[in-house]
Amino acid sequence: MMELLATLADMLGSSAFWIATLRVATPLILGTLGVLICERAGVLNLGIEGIMVAGAFTGWLAVYQGADLWTGVLVAMATGAACGLLHAVLTVWLTVSQHVAGLGLTMFATSLSYFAYRVSFPKVTTPPTIEPFAPLQALDAVPWIGPVLASQTALTLLAIALVPLVGWIIQRTPAGLALRMVGENPAAAEGQGLNVVAVRTAAIVAGSAQMGLAGAFLTLSAFNAFFFNMINGRGWICVALVVFASWRPGKALLGALLFAAFDAAQLRLQQAGGGALPYQLYLMLPYLLSILALIVMARRAAYPQALMKPYRKGER
Amino acid sequence: MRLEARAGSSRIALLLAPFAAVLFTLAVCALLVAWAGAPIGQTYALLFEGAFGSRFALSETLTRATPLILTGLAAAVAFRARLYNIGAEGQLYLGALAAVAVGGLHGGTGWELPPMLLFPLMLLAGAAAGALWLLGPAWLKTKLGVDEVVTTLLLNFVALLFVSLMLDGTMKDPMAMGWPQSVAINPELEFSRLMERSRVHSGLLLACGLAVVVWGVERFTTFGFALRAVGANARAAAFAGLPVRRTMLVCALISGALAGLAGVGEVAGRAGYVTLDMSPGYGYAGIVIAMLAGLHPLGVVVSAVFIAAVLVGADSMSRAIGVPNYIADVIVATALLAMLVATLLTRYRVRWGRA
Repeated sequence: MMELLATLADMLGSSAFWIATLRVATPLILGTLGVLICERAGVLNLGIEGIMVAGAFTGWLAVYQGADLWTGVLVAMATGAACGLLHAVLTVWLTVSQHVAGLGLTMFATSLSYFAYRVSFPKVTTPPTIEPFAPLQALDAVPWIGPVLASQTALTLLAIALVPLVGWIIQRTPAGLALRMVGENPAAAEGQGLNVVAVRTAAIVAGSAQMGLAGAFLTLSAFNAFFFNMINGRGWICVALVVFASWRPGKALLGALLFAAFDAAQLRLQQAGGGALPYQLYLMLPYLLSILALIVMARRAAYPQALMKPYRKGER
Repeated sequence: MRLEARAGSSRIALLLAPFAAVLFTLAVCALLVAWAGAPIGQTYALLFEGAFGSRFALSETLTRATPLILTGLAAAVAFRARLYNIGAEGQLYLGALAAVAVGGLHGGTGWELPPMLLFPLMLLAGAAAGALWLLGPAWLKTKLGVDEVVTTLLLNFVALLFVSLMLDGTMKDPMAMGWPQSVAINPELEFSRLMERSRVHSGLLLACGLAVVVWGVERFTTFGFALRAVGANARAAAFAGLPVRRTMLVCALISGALAGLAGVGEVAGRAGYVTLDMSPGYGYAGIVIAMLAGLHPLGVVVSAVFIAAVLVGADSMSRAIGVPNYIADVIVATALLAMLVATLLTRYRVRWGRA
């Protein structure tokens, strides 16, 4: 027991642990913000898993073809936005089931990315690589947390900066008010002269662009290549994190960091444990933890009132 | 653009919807084939030939359709009550593990019982494993309102890691030279072959039989009535005094059991043991199959054969002409989206311009 505590204390004091935590958290922060924006407008976007795959692929492909890294980021976001538009056409314009449309979009975006990868690289056995985002060495000078920040890339800082920005937009701007209105009571919003379909479409497109960015972080920053199954359920975890965060950006950041810290800790405990427990048990933890978060928050969850309710004008 | 409810959906429109969706899908995917640099007509001809062109092709399609009918039924039953079970993939794997636990461990012969008893016990164990794996999410949904889509999705990953754990430990086949596969089940428990020199097994009959049973239950029993009522409008069903919660939970047990049996079928009918790549997404394909069938249990059989044909045909086409076989997954996914829209259009009319 004492040994375990000592290991834990060592871990929390080491900058390597916090570096890993931020790195794991970045795609979760971006993805969770994306889901959050869609859901505050009343739309569940289960396309996230596939959108992350598509963003990871197209962003990486653009850079591989010679574009610079920031262009790759934009390409990934544009891919996400395009997927979001498809989702909006299906769920907001045509009002089909958000559950099934989202899953369908995930299957579609994933399979299309894999297909495109195979068409572009028919014969490769080892995945082609790119030069990813470099760590921001200059930040080493920041007191106290310098070493942790200096190992991160610009995308991580961007993700963290997006949190207050998204929070401010949702809570303090007319656009955010419109977003919340169509997510809580679309009929009343329509009565106030808002175009529910347009606002929801814009929200899904914006949210999905962030999901595309979340995927691109993996290929342009965390790794340097595109692998099959590289998203591996991260998108679904984001969907769970939004419930855990009660649809608030600040709490979403906290949730993603907490989750990532746990993930970084399990890796270290696994090494410290020296194979006493099978590694699969550790790998199950993130998924089980997400389910646990859903259960804990279930009673308190203040869902946007119109979430998953399709809005058809003139229909009650 | 706005939607205008139709007075009623015509039977013909409902029947034509899946065909319209499939035609649309093939048209869209033709663009991808062209992009991959292959002649469209020849590619689709090869795909069709690979699925139905010979006795062997047909037998492979039917073999592939067997688990798909069961996962399709699992989705169709659950979706009927608006229980969105996306976890058929995990339930399938647990069913497969249960089959090995009953029929394979214990020195490779299974439990010491006569095969006559052990065989039904194996089916039962597989069904129970799948059912219990879904019972948790269903209970959380009915009791706490936890969204079952996310929980069942996440549990798929847990299930697959559990399989990996079992294949590393308890169920590891020591003779497999480090290859991750489970011990095989007792050969006496294997499903019988339906065709000489092919892999088609009696699991196909079981799957088709279960489709008829599910159809009968949905159509002719009070439970089936409750199931449809809960799916149509849960609040109205509760108001009418129907046991909404119990209906959902029983529905979950049935759905999970069907998916679990798909896993038993793959072990006892095809491979004989469990591997980590045993199911290339049969659980997810089941959702597409159920939607294409309009959730009709007998329609599931037809659409499962169609999806199986796409998967088998694409493999064979890909070997012949070099279009990546991922095209099959794109076709399956596009068909799902197209079917969603087609179904909506049977209920609503799209009007352009302002009201």
